Amino acid sequence: MRVLVCVKRVPAPGAKINITADGLAIDTAYLAFTTSPHEECAVEEAVRLVEQHGGEATVLTLGPAEADEQLRYAASLGVAKAVLLPIVGADWDPQRTAAAIATAIAELESADGPFDIILFGNESADSGGFQVGVRVARSLGRPIVNGIKGIEVVGDGTVRARRESEVGLEVYALPTPVVLGVKEGINLPRYPTLKGRLGSKKIEVGQIVPDVAAGGQRMVTLLPAAEQVGATTILGHGPDAAAAVVDLLEELGVL
Amino acid sequence: MSILVVVEHDRGTVAPATFEALTAARSLGEPVHAITLGASADGLVDQLAAHGAAVVVQAHHDLLADYGPEAWGDTVAQYVGHTSPSAVIATGTDRGNEVLAHVGAILDLPFVANCLSFDTAGAFDTAGAADPWQITRVRWGGSLLEQCELSATTKLVTMTHHAVEATESPGIASTESFAPSLEPWHGRSVVVDRVERAAGVTLATAPVVVGGGRGVGSPEAFAPLEDLASLLGGVVGCSRAVTNNGWRNHTDQVGQTGTRIAPDIYLACGISGAIQHWVGAMASKKILAINTDPEANMVAKADYAVIGDLHQVVPAIAAEIRRRRNA
Amino acid sequence: MIRPNHTYRGYSMSEVGNQTIPATAKVVIIGAGIVGNCLVGHLARLGWTDMVMIDKGPLPNPGGSTGHASNFIFPTDHNKEMAFLTIDSQNQYIDAGLNNTCGGIEVAREPQRMEEFKRRMTSAKAWGIDARLVTPAEIKEMVPFINEDILLGGYYTPSVSVVDSLATGTKMREEAVAAGALQVFANTEVQGLETIDTPGGPQISAVLTDRGRIEAEHVVIACGVWSPRIARMAGANIPLTPAVHQMADVGPIDILQESNKELAYPIIRDMDTFCYERQSSGSMEVGSYAHRPILMRPDDIPSNSASALTPTELPLTYDDFDPQMEQAIELMEMLGDAEIRYAINGLLSLTPDANPVLGETVEVRNLWSAAAVWIKEGPGIAQLVAEWMTYGYPHMCDPHGSDISRFYPHEKTEWHINARCNEHFNKTYGIVHPREQWASQRGIRRSPFYAREEALGAVFFDARGWERPQWFESNAKLMEKYPEATKARTHEWDARWWSPITNAEHLQMRASVGMVDLTAFNEFDFEGPGALGFLQYMTVNSVDVAVGRSVYTPLLTPHGGFRGDLTIQRLGTDHFRVITGAFDGGRDNYWFRKYMPTDGSVTFTDRSQGLCTVGVWGPNAAATMAKIVTDSTTAAYDLSLTGFPYGAVRDVLIDGVPATMFRISYVGENGWEIYTQMEHGLKVWDAIMSAGEPFEIIPVGIGVYAVTGRIEKGYRLMGAELESEYNPVEAGINRPKVKSADFLGKAAYLAAREESPAAIMCTLSMDSQRCADGYDRFPTGGNEPILTLAGDRILDAKGRVSRVTTAGAGPSVGKYLLLAYLPPEHAVEGTKLQMMYMNENYPVTVERAGATPLFDPTDARMKS
Repeated sequence: MRVLVCVKRVPAPGAKINITADGLAIDTAYLAFTTSPHEECAVEEAVRLVEQHGGEATVLTLGPAEADEQLRYAASLGVAKAVLLPIVGADWDPQRTAAAIATAIAELESADGPFDIILFGNESADSGGFQVGVRVARSLGRPIVNGIKGIEVVGDGTVRARRESEVGLEVYALPTPVVLGVKEGINLPRYPTLKGRLGSKKIEVGQIVPDVAAGGQRMVTLLPAAEQVGATTILGHGPDAAAAVVDLLEELGVL
Repeated sequence: MSILVVVEHDRGTVAPATFEALTAARSLGEPVHAITLGASADGLVDQLAAHGAAVVVQAHHDLLADYGPEAWGDTVAQYVGHTSPSAVIATGTDRGNEVLAHVGAILDLPFVANCLSFDTAGAFDTAGAADPWQITRVRWGGSLLEQCELSATTKLVTMTHHAVEATESPGIASTESFAPSLEPWHGRSVVVDRVERAAGVTLATAPVVVGGGRGVGSPEAFAPLEDLASLLGGVVGCSRAVTNNGWRNHTDQVGQTGTRIAPDIYLACGISGAIQHWVGAMASKKILAINTDPEANMVAKADYAVIGDLHQVVPAIAAEIRRRRNA
Repeated sequence: MIRPNHTYRGYSMSEVGNQTIPATAKVVIIGAGIVGNCLVGHLARLGWTDMVMIDKGPLPNPGGSTGHASNFIFPTDHNKEMAFLTIDSQNQYIDAGLNNTCGGIEVAREPQRMEEFKRRMTSAKAWGIDARLVTPAEIKEMVPFINEDILLGGYYTPSVSVVDSLATGTKMREEAVAAGALQVFANTEVQGLETIDTPGGPQISAVLTDRGRIEAEHVVIACGVWSPRIARMAGANIPLTPAVHQMADVGPIDILQESNKELAYPIIRDMDTFCYERQSSGSMEVGSYAHRPILMRPDDIPSNSASALTPTELPLTYDDFDPQMEQAIELMEMLGDAEIRYAINGLLSLTPDANPVLGETVEVRNLWSAAAVWIKEGPGIAQLVAEWMTYGYPHMCDPHGSDISRFYPHEKTEWHINARCNEHFNKTYGIVHPREQWASQRGIRRSPFYAREEALGAVFFDARGWERPQWFESNAKLMEKYPEATKARTHEWDARWWSPITNAEHLQMRASVGMVDLTAFNEFDFEGPGALGFLQYMTVNSVDVAVGRSVYTPLLTPHGGFRGDLTIQRLGTDHFRVITGAFDGGRDNYWFRKYMPTDGSVTFTDRSQGLCTVGVWGPNAAATMAKIVTDSTTAAYDLSLTGFPYGAVRDVLIDGVPATMFRISYVGENGWEIYTQMEHGLKVWDAIMSAGEPFEIIPVGIGVYAVTGRIEKGYRLMGAELESEYNPVEAGINRPKVKSADFLGKAAYLAAREESPAAIMCTLSMDSQRCADGYDRFPTGGNEPILTLAGDRILDAKGRVSRVTTAGAGPSVGKYLLLAYLPPEHAVEGTKLQMMYMNENYPVTVERAGATPLFDPTDARMKS
């Protein structure tokens, strides 16, 4: 089984996000970068799929040269191959990103054969565009379902995928090759081992330089979210505050 | 020109976020069309009309019997192709975002997800013009805003849930039937099976959520939180730290990558209030923080706070509720 | 256009809570880390009230270095001050019930590390630490998962422990709160510090915070890596830099989980890879000091709210850590399959000399620094600073190595801090020789003689920026003349940063004449009608001497210990010049200015930058100088001891150049310190050199001046023999009478004179230097313990250990000499004792008890 997982390098912010002076990016001077949480789970799922079914997992990202770090992180967890689509400067818009990834996948597949399963995160942690995976799947002419929290390869070229909704679980039976948008909760990702980390330094990261035109969405500036106003009412200290809490619950009508 | 709203429903049950999309669409001053997918939604006309839909487009096809992102996407895309609305507005939910992503992909149009507000000044001055919209949308789950420019003949946007309060605008809608041309392959991504969740409140819909963070300390220590939640007819939620420690299932996680909650009151116990968690909890109507640290982010942002150890405070609240009930 | 019609509940962080900050306080302590917390506890115990503590972060972990510290204590330190404070701190953690003893093993991969372990055994003996050398097999027995095949041995300390620094700090802070002495404000950011101008300079007056302004008499900066930024708000300088220490928590590991303990195995310090492995329940914490130095600026540290973890837990830069991972796996194979659960570039504070930065800032009165402190010494240092603030100087131990006033201006620049920290970071686990020289920031200060010295093959040592010749290769030929005294040292350690040429220079100076570059001296002028009274208050010995005469005097702390020692020349009725050494110049400068009258009756001028100094000593010193010294005419000058007595100061011309001659000696020979303006220096040097030619004059290095010449004469050195824990009676330099004027420490001094001393400074000689391997050893003089014949260390009645304060050759007496304080029962000439060096005991004899020198006991060579 050949599995491709597409990830995005995103900052790991604290409780507050600072914006750079030009308003075009968040200040990442002392932030770590990570793989978007849904995609961390997608990487884990890719590793588990090849652990269960054999084959090989590949990780791909479109991003700055530094995204090498996220590719190697995936490699440290058990992904065998890595491909970087290097870009310079600001993030690409979703249309452009998807077009570049679709082109790159076509190139990878023409060399080594098709991927049975391509995994995306449901949406990126930072820009949250909710569309790159869908655009890629459409471009490749493959089915895609988002919001996936369970993947089961049933054997006859079918993948059963589970998605949570407000009323329960929806089950999809999808023919491979297939694209899936994965959500956190599908698994609990492992951490890299020391050996995994050291091994990941040795893999070769392939490069496919993307060359596609920008789409119709253009970021103008970033803004802090509106400030919450209003003071906190302290109901009390310790267990003695219980009565005041229950008074409040009564007042709110939730008792 | 018109504005097309994609009605999100599950086998005939409309998602409330749809009314927010209709409310937002109405403000654009053009006739609002609402498209429903599948015969199961035919009964929604009055509700949609009450929220300002002038025309309800009822798309019918065998492959629309249940939700399928590809079938829904192609249906909407085909209708857009026929009518060239100036904008398509959908719900900023899993389904809404998914369907518009397909529409964008099919029509090769840009799509802006999770908008908070948009400024269309000038966009409709001349018929058929495609002046860009200035959009404010959320990033980082709502902890950061982005202003962007959307240039397209038909603007595809979804509205962030809770960004606009749904209001009614009573009227009568005409209905229109639409028969998309779908191929058998569209059926490959239609729901084939469902597992209904047992009746009861869910994290997303619970009127009361009792949340626990790293400060709870262990899986076992959630028992008093469970007890209090059940007394209040609510459920227990947790922070990502708790999930990552393996203390609770991810389904209990409140946060950007977990569940967005909107209870009447959220009791946040031993939760510091990191960004990941806060964006999942911020739609709560009231927040009560229980924390030993009076300066914790969660305390500062809560409406109410008890300063103290959750391990003492939570059982005391449960005991007080029982005392009053037995009185 | 549409807008949200209800408040969008976006994220924002409310920085300000509901507490009201007081308008005034006796003292504001900034920083709630281990130091600030323990400090408020100790201040409360010492009776302080009306204290306010603020921190910009939340409690109990406000986000500084304390919060991510690995929290272990290896008590052995070669430095007495740090060893004392570490052991005291460990005891405080024990008292708090928050010390978890697990033992610790420093392991060696390289042979020189095994030598270092012998040195550690020696320091452990001195400080009373239970420690032993262990074989690889013994290590394996204690730590079954270690790869003993790559180890040569280990140094095992059973008392190594892991402490809970957050809980200890919290306990101390809450003790102060419970005593009603302290109010605490977390999440309160300092926005400014206000000072008022006083005749004594700026004085702290208020702290501006985001919750309001607090007027305060004292302010303490205990802000760790942020300290320089806070100090700068008041115009003060706390020289440290935030620097990265990498660590990762890896696990789970079966054998550790199965132990069901937080700490079931000793902590391993893999000394030769500069790494440690410490169990943390089911996982292992791996930390490193091996990576490239990664320094930051305090202003660049992110805020609490913008940090993913805390401001001092930055993302690990893996590339820097990878080599350590490989070494860790080599040592403990099981680590390879452990998962990296938590990995940080943790920030800690580094200073140019790796010591803490403590005490009142020299720029702003009542503004205190308590910074650059590790967990292992935090509670002790907090107590030390509390005593300092309470009594005017600490009682528990001498803080001179940590005293913030030790730095000269050039040492407080970011350039210097970074250069030195870049140099010493990788020596954190390194083997550092007591005489080790800095490689960076050299040539900062050069005397006018530098070019001549360089041409003479001077080997320069650094003296707080000054380049001082330690010896001259040009004198190598003299070794043939003194073959017995200039034998090579067999052991490389003994010979490191040393040359036998020093002994040749010593003997040649004693035989004829030598000249020593002393430009590193500091000269402070005090002038005005209040000068005499002021200096009388500062000094033990009376400075009310005739104009043209001088006084050697200690300076005492308020409780009667040594604070300084120096000479003071009376140049006029109201004009005094203080001469003090390079290493204590900064501290003395501060000390005088701190006590100076503020009524304008005394002025202070630092003349150090304008003056150079050369010493000329030896039997032919007078004959040499006689050829070139005149008065303002061309008349020859009377250089006889009657015409120019010992201790006299005279303005003369040397080869026509104005200079001041001061008849004194630190090497036991007749001669002078000669002062002249920097621009005249070279001319004077050349004149002396050519006048001395017939006498075979040689340049003499500091090796003679500071060690061999001094030790033969038993002269005490500030920071070695003279420390605040000892008084002049114990040092044997009290005079028969006490001056009538009041002076700092007088009451304590009078009391000390009444009681019999608990220890007496002695000169000892080594009876044999022969080690077990059959060759002679030459102790470096780094706190080697003096032992009884039974091999026990010696404590005096005040609990102070007898240890070598200076060691060096005595070429003229033909013995290897040691200085040490001994209790009276051992301080008897002829007593046989032992001393430990590199974990071997050597027989020694008490040669002199008290100040009488071994060489020329009557000082005839200097004074007659």
